[in-house]
Amino acid sequence: MLDIKGLRASAGEKDILKGIDLTVKAGEVHAIMGPNGSGKSTLAQVLAGHPAYKVTGGTVTFDGADLLDMEPEERAQAGLFLAFQYPVEIAGVTNAYFLRAAYNAIRKARGEEELDPMDFLDILEEKLKLVEWGPEIMQRAVNSGFSGGEKKRNEILQMAVLEPKLAILDETDSGLDIDALRIVAEGVNKLRRPDRATIVVTHYQRLLDHIVPDYVHVLFDGQIVKSGGKELAHELEAKGYEWLTGVPEAVSA
Amino acid sequence: MNQAYAEAFERFTKNGGGAGPAELLGLRREAFEHFARTGFPTTKDEEWRFTPVAPITGREWRLSAEAKTSLVTPADIAPFRFGPPAWCTLVFVDGRFEAGLSHQPKLPRGLSVEPLSQALEADPALLSKVTGTSFSALNAAFVKEGVSIRVSAGVELADPIHILSVASKAADGASLNTRIVLHVERGARAQLVESYAGLFAAASFTNAVTQVTVEAGAWVEHSRIQRESESAYHIGLTQVDQARDSHYRSFTLAMGGAIARHDLRARLGDENVETLLYGLYLGRREQLIDNHTAIFHDHPNCRSWEVYKGILDDASHAVFNGKVFVTPEAQKTDAKQTNRNLLLSDRAKVDTKPQLEIFADDVKCTHGATVGRLDEIAHFYLQSRGVPREAAQQLLTYAFAAEVMAEVTSAPVRERLDGLVRERLGVSS
Ligand SMILES: Nc1ncnc2c1ncn2[C@@H]1O[C@H](COP(=O)(O)OP(=O)(O)O)[C@@H](O)[C@H]1O
Ligand SMILES: [Mg+2]
Repeated sequence: MLDIKGLRASAGEKDILKGIDLTVKAGEVHAIMGPNGSGKSTLAQVLAGHPAYKVTGGTVTFDGADLLDMEPEERAQAGLFLAFQYPVEIAGVTNAYFLRAAYNAIRKARGEEELDPMDFLDILEEKLKLVEWGPEIMQRAVNSGFSGGEKKRNEILQMAVLEPKLAILDETDSGLDIDALRIVAEGVNKLRRPDRATIVVTHYQRLLDHIVPDYVHVLFDGQIVKSGGKELAHELEAKGYEWLTGVPEAVSA
Repeated sequence: MNQAYAEAFERFTKNGGGAGPAELLGLRREAFEHFARTGFPTTKDEEWRFTPVAPITGREWRLSAEAKTSLVTPADIAPFRFGPPAWCTLVFVDGRFEAGLSHQPKLPRGLSVEPLSQALEADPALLSKVTGTSFSALNAAFVKEGVSIRVSAGVELADPIHILSVASKAADGASLNTRIVLHVERGARAQLVESYAGLFAAASFTNAVTQVTVEAGAWVEHSRIQRESESAYHIGLTQVDQARDSHYRSFTLAMGGAIARHDLRARLGDENVETLLYGLYLGRREQLIDNHTAIFHDHPNCRSWEVYKGILDDASHAVFNGKVFVTPEAQKTDAKQTNRNLLLSDRAKVDTKPQLEIFADDVKCTHGATVGRLDEIAHFYLQSRGVPREAAQQLLTYAFAAEVMAEVTSAPVRERLDGLVRERLGVSS
């Protein structure tokens, strides 16, 4: 589904990704771990097409298409979804309007009929259940004044509505209490299907107890320095990152 | 040019423009002389520095009173109505009242609506209540048509009254002088919708004056919508006088006109007055849209709150000037002013100037003005959800406007405004 080869990217003068290779097949869950500042979010944002990053080398194919050649909206329309580490506040647009605009934009791009507000409401109601939310949240402006946990939950709601082929969750677990973490993880698990894949970016083992990965990769200084199965996450939990990075935690964090 | 106006004034008075008591004619003459003395403003005047009105002042306009009657049908007017059909709607075409196009339901007790001419005959002094510009002096000299609305003490009106002024094809080359007088007595509640629209791309010149009196404890919501044709010129002055414990809130939408200027002046004439001024202006092509507001805090314990927002596209130009005067007596004044502008094009431009003059020491007064572009990150966020770049821009632009429209308390008015703004920005509902 996703094939990343020798991906290099920079922001301004700074080289951040220094040659990443990663293959994700349908049905798989990959975890990307690593200390702060190692480039995890940059990788996620580059895949989504963030304008602040410049790709300086390598290729990415998504379902056989050249992902790097696509506009951000085309990537979303092709089925890629990024749950932001820092979801963006949009004053003046209600969550309901935002979700319907996104949903319809994707449908339209696929040549499907757009839904009017009433029909969309039916879909929304079902998705709200998935994240254990009432309808009140829909009339609030997108992420405006949301708590950290609410913002993360809202990302999962968007994902549930858009039903992407490939979901990339960037630290969706950070700042969540146990209950919210369970809701988010269950939401993700319910959306898993053999024809879909998930990349979970996280700093901690915690989330991976709920969303069990097939593969775990450790990113450090813009490169994947180790890959393994789910047991690698436990090893990292026990030993920290220093044995892989050679940098004491306190410094790298 | 003044000579031409002097001749026009003489003609006007001879042709019945001077009808009514002698006092009225005297006041018109005084106003005209005031205009003749001061003349039209130029960009050398501080108040008009960024607003060249030469295209208006350098041209001879027919008086609307001399213009030929146009044939405007209810169907022509329909798109410009506001709110449910039951509302009292008074329609002026090319500055002339059209009973046939208006809707005048049986008025509730305590509401009186009469033609301006009648009100002026009864009380000529009405004409001199406004202290304005040379444009408003010109209006005082020539104005014949308009409305005077009075809401009796304690009466709470359920629905807004809509005064709709449209310019037809026949308005091309004509100056349209109209005046609205709204007087809300003690403890009464009223809503006024004042709108200006163009049926054709006529180069008309609207010179409008609105005077609002809010007596003690009264509550007024005033929405002013200027959506004239982009060939039209519009100069408007609104003067608000507030008494103790009163509440006045206005929402101004300016999106029409080649050159459009609105002056809004609020005098907080006693203690515990609240004044909320909200505004939205949308410029495109080569439009010049100017909003000047002035809030006079002359007494203690009053609050004024002002938010004006602008969205400027193409080579449009906006001017905002917000004055707040706080006299030494006006202790405990709480005044906040915000002007935010969004530029959608490299050629668009904004001149914004907050002007706070504070002579009391125990006050809370703040102001802030910004001129910026759409947030790139919010843009990307929308795109990452599948919304195409252009639609994302429209949505974010609409969101910028929606925040200030949300301040309109009347739901039907708010929804109508929302529709107008969506249509202009190309955003579906
Ligand atoms: N837009 C940017 N401009 C400049 N530097 C950036 C930008 N984004 C990230 N960086 C830098 O790149 C490095 C990796 O950041 P990031 O991808 O956010 O790491 P992680 O998500 O692994 O914590 C950090 O040193 C960070 O400061
Ligand atoms: Mg990160």
